[in-house]
Amino acid sequence: MERNRVAARLGLLGAAAMLAAVLSLCLGPVPLTPVQLWQGLWGQGDGASILAFVRLPRTVGCVLAGAALAVSGGIIQTVLANPLAAPSTIGVNSGAGLGVALCSALLPGALTAVPFAAFLGAFIGVLFILLLAERAGASRITLVLAGVALSSMFSAGVDAVVTLYPDALIGYSDFRIGGMANLYMGKLLPAGAVILACVLLAMLLASEMDLLALGSDTARSLGLRVRPVRTVLLALAAALAGAAVSFAGLLGFVGLIVPHIVRRLLGGGSLRLVAGCALCGAALLTLCDLLSRLVFAPFELPVGIVLSLAGGPFFLWLLFQKRGTHS
Amino acid sequence: MIELRGLSVGYRGEPVLRGVDLTFQPGQVTVLLGPNGCGKSTLLKTALGLLPPLAGQVLYDGVPLQSLAPVQVARQAAYMAQSRSVPQIEARRMVLHGRFPYLSFPRRYRPEDKRVVAEAMQEAGASDLAGCLMQELSGGQRQKVYLAMALAQRTGTIFMDEPTTWLDVRHQLEVMATARRLAAGGKAVALVCHDLCLALRNADTVVLLADGALRMTDTPDRVYESGALDTAFGVRVRRVEMDGSWQYFCE
Repeated sequence: MERNRVAARLGLLGAAAMLAAVLSLCLGPVPLTPVQLWQGLWGQGDGASILAFVRLPRTVGCVLAGAALAVSGGIIQTVLANPLAAPSTIGVNSGAGLGVALCSALLPGALTAVPFAAFLGAFIGVLFILLLAERAGASRITLVLAGVALSSMFSAGVDAVVTLYPDALIGYSDFRIGGMANLYMGKLLPAGAVILACVLLAMLLASEMDLLALGSDTARSLGLRVRPVRTVLLALAAALAGAAVSFAGLLGFVGLIVPHIVRRLLGGGSLRLVAGCALCGAALLTLCDLLSRLVFAPFELPVGIVLSLAGGPFFLWLLFQKRGTHS
Repeated sequence: MIELRGLSVGYRGEPVLRGVDLTFQPGQVTVLLGPNGCGKSTLLKTALGLLPPLAGQVLYDGVPLQSLAPVQVARQAAYMAQSRSVPQIEARRMVLHGRFPYLSFPRRYRPEDKRVVAEAMQEAGASDLAGCLMQELSGGQRQKVYLAMALAQRTGTIFMDEPTTWLDVRHQLEVMATARRLAAGGKAVALVCHDLCLALRNADTVVLLADGALRMTDTPDRVYESGALDTAFGVRVRRVEMDGSWQYFCE
């Protein structure tokens, strides 16, 4: 696909993300007009405190988590050369979840430690998968199955922690399904910095990702140091997923679907994949969160439910599409 | 020039081949022959540094392979793997990957890289595929793009692992003609091939591998006359003269 068309479509994705963010800031129990929004963002008018304490953290959280999980999924799919891999399917998300649960159970006061615990949990999940891929030369389906097993082990760990320490996760169901309520800017800042840095790094490593997509033997014969690069990229994916999970909970599907959508829209190539995933993931999660707030207002569904309702059918469709083509 | 000295190759400490001495001569097509599982692909991978040798040495212009960085290896030897993934990118971008060993960070293609890529695509007969998506190409066309990528590395040696497998007969002959042309241009070409007849007709040097060792390295004529092929494969290889050259067949 020629450059201009890719640039145009990336621009459209960016515009969609912006629009979703603006809608998410304006709509809610107290609707704000664009003018009020503008004033509110500068701390003036009626909307200022709603924005500062409710909608801005929520929107920023959605943009960050959506971008992080989607880019993480894009990296994992490219590095493992496996279209069914994603942070939620290979145990990276639930690893981060276990990290968060353990951290809040054992170190109740240490809020700053939460993102690190999430990263550690995610990284352990990634390492396991990496080991499996290297050692057994495991086939694609084995990797996914192993990921499912790993996921359920980690989830069992989370359940055990929550049963033993009922106070560990206030709003546990929110965490488990993934939700954006109860966010504040202080909680988002460290995770946001990590996410931004990791997305930029992933974009810098785009050529290396392109080479890895050719298979490790070909990549190595082109002069790439395959093992360290693969480890660094998967560590980035773990950091991204961990950072998102640390404040948004166990959101599934974003990391799985968005890379597929982006590849359809933009074609292959890792730079456009990473950039497209960041924009598309942000737009999708923000829109789903908006839906989750508006559809049953004044009640609110955790965004994870909306995502799964939309993502489940898409995933099924994908499975049936893939069956016909040889891989 | 790449030399193997007393090389033992295999996986996880288990040797498949022992004590291989072999030189890939510039200007020659070297064909590796041998029954399934005799270690042909393993030997190529070890010669490229994709697998560690179990014993012995691989020398690139006299320098041990272990002391070379992957990019230095990639400037001297190119590799067409047996199993090839098919990414969703255009053929031209695929061939540009062949310039990776020459790029510094950040990876920006210089005008020189683009010129080399255009030349490589022409040499491989892939110029008219430049704008096509890899996934939409036929097996033979993909093969040409992979060849162009290997040529864009501008190496003295090129290794091809079963380049003719899965191709129809016309494309098989084309691959062999390309191998001959590259050798005529001064490259050392080494390829693994399962088609005895195709191999014997096109090789300058035949390397026969069987039963965990290198059995013979010689011209196709001498290898044929020694009868070693019959023993190694358990078939009868025969030849007839046709239009002034030998045609080989098995029975």
